[in-house]
Amino acid sequence: MSPSPGDLVLDAQDLHKTFHTGRSGLRRARVSAVDGVSLHLRAGESLGIVGESGCGKSTLARMIVGLERPDSGSITVHGKDVTKVRGRDRRLLRSEVQMVFQDPYTSLDPRMTVLELVGEPLVVHKRVTGTAARRDRVAELLGLVNLAPELMHRYPHQFSGGQRQRIGIARALALEPRVLVCDEPVSALDMSVQAQVVNLLRDLQERMGIALLFIAHDLSVVRHVADRTAVMYLGRLAEVGDTDTVYDEPGHPYTQALLSASPVVDRTRRRLSSRIMLAGDPPSPSDPPTGCRFHTRCRFSQERCVTETPALRALGETDPRTVACHFTEEVRQEALAR
Amino acid sequence: MESSTDSTSRALEVRGLSVTFTTRRGPVPAVVDVDLDVARGELVALLGESGSGKSAAARAIMGLSDRNATVTADTLKLGDTDLRTLSEQRHRKLRGTRMSLVFQDALSALNPVLSIGDQLGELFREHRDLSRKAARAAAVDLLGQVGIPAPARRISDYPHQFSGGMRQRILIAMAIALRPELIIADEPTTALDVTVQAQILELLDTLRRDLDMAVLLITHDLGVVSEVADRVMVMYAGRVVEAGSADDLLSRPAHPYTEALLRSVPRADRREGRLHAISGSPPSPANQPAGCPFHPRCEYVVDDCRTTRPPLLASTVNAARFAACHRSEEVGHVAVAG
Repeated sequence: MSPSPGDLVLDAQDLHKTFHTGRSGLRRARVSAVDGVSLHLRAGESLGIVGESGCGKSTLARMIVGLERPDSGSITVHGKDVTKVRGRDRRLLRSEVQMVFQDPYTSLDPRMTVLELVGEPLVVHKRVTGTAARRDRVAELLGLVNLAPELMHRYPHQFSGGQRQRIGIARALALEPRVLVCDEPVSALDMSVQAQVVNLLRDLQERMGIALLFIAHDLSVVRHVADRTAVMYLGRLAEVGDTDTVYDEPGHPYTQALLSASPVVDRTRRRLSSRIMLAGDPPSPSDPPTGCRFHTRCRFSQERCVTETPALRALGETDPRTVACHFTEEVRQEALAR
Repeated sequence: MESSTDSTSRALEVRGLSVTFTTRRGPVPAVVDVDLDVARGELVALLGESGSGKSAAARAIMGLSDRNATVTADTLKLGDTDLRTLSEQRHRKLRGTRMSLVFQDALSALNPVLSIGDQLGELFREHRDLSRKAARAAAVDLLGQVGIPAPARRISDYPHQFSGGMRQRILIAMAIALRPELIIADEPTTALDVTVQAQILELLDTLRRDLDMAVLLITHDLGVVSEVADRVMVMYAGRVVEAGSADDLLSRPAHPYTEALLRSVPRADRREGRLHAISGSPPSPANQPAGCPFHPRCEYVVDDCRTTRPPLLASTVNAARFAACHRSEEVGHVAVAG
């Protein structure tokens, strides 16, 4: 299964992150945001991460780009563990992983022109010297995201949401990263504009061979962008594998419920009545359930799920995904019968 | 727009509704000449992007427009009551008893320093003259009705002690407390996770059937529309550009905007190649193109579209279908063929 080291651009192993959030009663409250997540990304590949709010997907992204330090675990870029290196090495490695933020209205400094915004990483990392060279490079970057280079002297407020998100993408591309981490890159955009940005990201990934880590709560967008998909629930991976397999034959009861709840634009398939309804809300990550963290909402829950944490395991020699469920075989059987 | 419902069951009747905001840069037309009917027990979706005027229209119907807004209408009737001539005091009395609003953001719509029981009970004490004890009992009943587990125990809790989905249920409970004829739900599920969104949509769907309420659902989400709406009105740049039954409109769109939107949304149940992207972005209400407001983004554009705005006309084959497009018949044909 494991790819040859040459292909691997990012390898995260057993990441843990716990936040301390003041006191609740006598104990210090702790939120286990990410609990033992491992992922890898190969060059030119796109990996989607889906899950509901509070599942730890944004914390995972922030650790991978270096905005948050994991409590334990390693993140290897180019064969070097970036959680260990410091100073200049760290900065050099960090330029390999760049981030596109969710909200293009708040993530761009309103007092900087597009030239300054997109050129800033070039200055910080001393990639391009000289004003003219920098302007040329910014023009080139704007061209990559389908924005006219003439617009580089304007300010963010003069652009629409979709255009602002393109500026954010151009800025992230400035250092020619190997990995682009996109945290909900289209959810703040108007629906008629989302497709433009999704297509752009897909194009860039294919044309420039960038690996894409695409985080979203919207399952349909991820299906479109990701080659592989990871489903997260309360800080852990529930299922990881080839996107079509995960979507068409989900092996984890949570993946099934998530897919079933996702609204579909198709009147012949309205499933309000036939869908798998999850009872209640996701439990709080400050007090996660024991054993399998999904057992409190799971239709298949048994005693073993309460006590024993299921590990990610392969379903068979040929099945291109892994599932963290004790009873995934039964889950699949039932799904086929439905 | 005429609906197929007779006047006896009509909960809301709106003709020629316009909302204009006075700003420093002159008048900005947010809603122009909108006709709208909702019958009892019916769920009508008002679909549009930000700036399309859908929320301004909803607020005008509720009588909650901002001070700088001028609202005009030929007809604005809730049942047999003319809302245009109502005094502010009588209007206020009507809100809550005969029509109510469910907001998007439940945390800011609830009072953080009053318990849920006090906030719900206040409705009964204020409008129904119930005693404190009876109001509390009624509030417990109501919480049970919207699916809050152990309502008698949770009645003294404060808003922050509930999850997002539960808070939205409480908001719905407040909206249905006095059995209004009409509920306007403004993006009620936008802030929620998909598994919780499914629960809330199902709750709204059940309640309007059980209580025979008219529901006007304001949304930007085609998936949500497809799941619950009986009829759909699509707004673009302040006007209704297409209207009809949800079944018909979603399978045979007659306006290029609706048709392009339907093609641009990614689907979770299958993977296509590139998404169909609509070029450009929606116009700002202050700066609208001449002619048809969609023409700069339209694939069907002809010279006529740039100069003459097409009126909203009934289809020649189906009197319950309306579209504002010079070429709507061709759009229909293409959509059926595709």
